[in-house]
Amino acid sequence: MSIHLSIRHKIGKLDLDADFHIKEPGITALFGPSGSGKTSLINIIAGLERPDTGRIEISEHVVFDHARQINLPTRHRRVGYVFQDARLFPHKTVSENLYFGARRNADKLNREEQTAILEMLGISPLMGRRPAALSGGEKQRVALGRALLANPDILLLDEPLSALDHARKQEILPYFEWLRDHRRIPILYVTHAIDEVARLADHLVVIDQGKTLASGSVFDMLGRSDLPPLAGQFDAGTVLPARIVSRDPKAEVSFLECAGQRIVVPYLGRPASHQVRLHIRARDVMIARTAPSGISANNIIPVTITDISDLDGDTVDISLCFGHDADASLFAATSGRPTLHARITRWSAGRLNLERHQKVFAVIKSVTVDGQLSDHSL
Amino acid sequence: MISLTPAEIEALLLSLRISGVAVACALPFAILVATALALGRFPGRFILDAIVHLPLILPPVVMGYLLLIGFGTRAPLGAWLYETFDVRFVFSWTGAALASAIVSFPFQVRAIRLSLENVNSGLYQAAETLGAGPIDRFFSLTLPLALPGIIAGAITAFAASLGEFGAIITFVSNIPGETRTLPLAIYTAIQTPGGELAAARLAALSIGLAFGGLLLSEIAMRHIRKRATA
Repeated sequence: MSIHLSIRHKIGKLDLDADFHIKEPGITALFGPSGSGKTSLINIIAGLERPDTGRIEISEHVVFDHARQINLPTRHRRVGYVFQDARLFPHKTVSENLYFGARRNADKLNREEQTAILEMLGISPLMGRRPAALSGGEKQRVALGRALLANPDILLLDEPLSALDHARKQEILPYFEWLRDHRRIPILYVTHAIDEVARLADHLVVIDQGKTLASGSVFDMLGRSDLPPLAGQFDAGTVLPARIVSRDPKAEVSFLECAGQRIVVPYLGRPASHQVRLHIRARDVMIARTAPSGISANNIIPVTITDISDLDGDTVDISLCFGHDADASLFAATSGRPTLHARITRWSAGRLNLERHQKVFAVIKSVTVDGQLSDHSL
Repeated sequence: MISLTPAEIEALLLSLRISGVAVACALPFAILVATALALGRFPGRFILDAIVHLPLILPPVVMGYLLLIGFGTRAPLGAWLYETFDVRFVFSWTGAALASAIVSFPFQVRAIRLSLENVNSGLYQAAETLGAGPIDRFFSLTLPLALPGIIAGAITAFAASLGEFGAIITFVSNIPGETRTLPLAIYTAIQTPGGELAAARLAALSIGLAFGGLLLSEIAMRHIRKRATA
């Protein structure tokens, strides 16, 4: 279960030059601004577009190799593709749509696996309907089911939520989480929304103007301020893995542990030792020279400044490593210790005389847990 | 209810048979040509398009004349067909059907092509990712999605065939019971002294037929639309 890609392709003015290797199952977000070539890239993987040169390997099968003149047709590539606009067949019922791929594939899922997918997606009540009678969210669920029932080697999702409103997005997101956690299939998820990356992705490939700039674990990548598409984004920040430790007696808050630090969030209703992911946006982090007291924010973490970089406009991005010990500033990049980001005005940074290696406190105004935004007063 | 004379019934049934056979035989070719024009990218596409539309702009008499020199029993193609398959077009109802088919062919192609061009091409890509090859896609997507166009085209072509006059009378003449369709029967009645009433009755029959066809197409389209959106 892997995908190995290295291609070049010229589309109009865009020079696509992509190179990445995904070894593990899970969700890989292909992240970049509109027009950066994300959709072309997954069309190339699916075989719907043919690159000028390069090589593509899906699960140890070479599906494209320019040098050896291999170009497997789309229908033999075993890719599941969920398009932005669902693309259900309008003249077929939901049931006929769902089994369209399964009927054409010799290597079928067995009945239990099929039932599990249909049950998970909750589309059994829709079976007799036609696509025109479905809501946007239902259409995307059927499209996802149709791709999954064909038993693909890789799932390609092209901004599957971008055509949906906020409520419909919240309706669909849990299905992707279920897929990530329960099916061993690599998923390539094209998006330009940081919150989707923060909530879903295990790995991240950043693409800008046709070039893949960097790839790696989402925990390492999201905090990097050297990648133009990420830095300066309204929702930019850090994603951190955390574990639920306990709750207060009245079940008003949950206590989490993240790299030795205690984090307080509103009660999550989940048992201790449960793993969650935190998304802390740079604009929700304040910096204090001394530990503040008499403040409503609950999460005040001792940190060391490892970097200060200029962003566009009048803001700066401050990289902060957990801890006040000497190692914090030295080993920030290599120690695997979590890095936070604070986005503050240049004027504030100057007023506080912030500089590298300085020991300060990060005051976190809000934390997003598994896509659920916590209260600002915490 | 006014009863029809045997000659009127003969002309009516002959018209229906000739038009029916013409449309049915031309349909597979029309689908093929419309698919090629709508989805294909090949050299000579423009020329094929022009040839298909030729009957629309050519005078029907010229069409009949061309058929006569092409399919007459002494013309090379006609002689070959006659000797090998014992098929004769001249002075026969099959010739009338051939003329009708060619003259009404553009109507079928245009309607089918239009509905094919309206199909979201993304659906073909989706089918491809699900393992459907080109022939599979043609039968599982192209054909059913073009169905409204196929039916609309067939009905328009059928109506156009019913009214065909010039090509038929030039190619296969005006033989009662063989090639005398409704328009030819009307023409004959008008040419006959005292045939005004007969002509009027036949004209009324033609008008009734036209309205019937219109009604039928409306019902068919409504049914299809309901199926596609239910």
